[in-house]
Amino acid sequence: MELVVFIIAAAAALAGGVGVIASAQPVRSALSLLLVLGSLAILYLLLAAEFIAVLQVIVYAGAIVVLFLFVIMLLHERSGEGRHEKLPRQRPVGLVLATAFLGVLAYAVFTARGGALFGASLFADVPPGFGSAQGVGRVLFSAYLLPFEVASVVLLVGIVAAVVLGRARPVA
Amino acid sequence: MIPPAYFLILSGILLSLGVAGVLIRRNALVVFMSIELMLNATNLAFVTFARLLGSVQGQVVVFFVIVVAAVEVVVGLAIIVDIFRARETVSVDDVDLLRG
Repeated sequence: MELVVFIIAAAAALAGGVGVIASAQPVRSALSLLLVLGSLAILYLLLAAEFIAVLQVIVYAGAIVVLFLFVIMLLHERSGEGRHEKLPRQRPVGLVLATAFLGVLAYAVFTARGGALFGASLFADVPPGFGSAQGVGRVLFSAYLLPFEVASVVLLVGIVAAVVLGRARPVA
Repeated sequence: MIPPAYFLILSGILLSLGVAGVLIRRNALVVFMSIELMLNATNLAFVTFARLLGSVQGQVVVFFVIVVAAVEVVVGLAIIVDIFRARETVSVDDVDLLRG
């Protein structure tokens, strides 16, 4: 049963991933990204990460994709890609490099621990409540309290930066 | 249970798709979405290893990645809008001068 859910979610994530980089229109890329994010939320649930799954839906699917769509709508038709390419053969070279990268990653997964990562019984036994808001929050507010506070400063910097960048420029 | 390698391979494929998107596409918005794709691929790997090791710390890292990704999107999109206002383009090929 779990395998069926995994296959469906993984297929949707892959389809969305291809859609992000292959769509001619940015709107379709953004909606494909939404598909990827939703599928990953399902996979997080399979991996006992309920809190992260909820966070994924609220922050990524809810806020970030909406922001992307908002900006896409804001910039008009002429914002598409130019026909001329400044770097010749960029597309085939990029594809080859990305494929080589995938090869390296796959090699690492297949050879890690002598291929033992393919054992189904490898996952540790986790207590109930693992990955719940309580479970994550307990670690977040004890061992990771300082990074958590720093994260709030990072968010503040982001807000200030967006306001500064977004305001009308003085005519030079 | 599903073997952890399946999750890791899916994560690797998504990461490579993101790399391909950054290398191939010239629309700054799509390049940006590809970066988000890569961040999510690493998040999947983190959650997989958190489950694998029975440690919740991997999920805490994902929490911080999500926070940083949100800030990154806000600042990045603001910059893209600003460039579009000044130059009427979001193609990364058209923005290749270091001076304004």
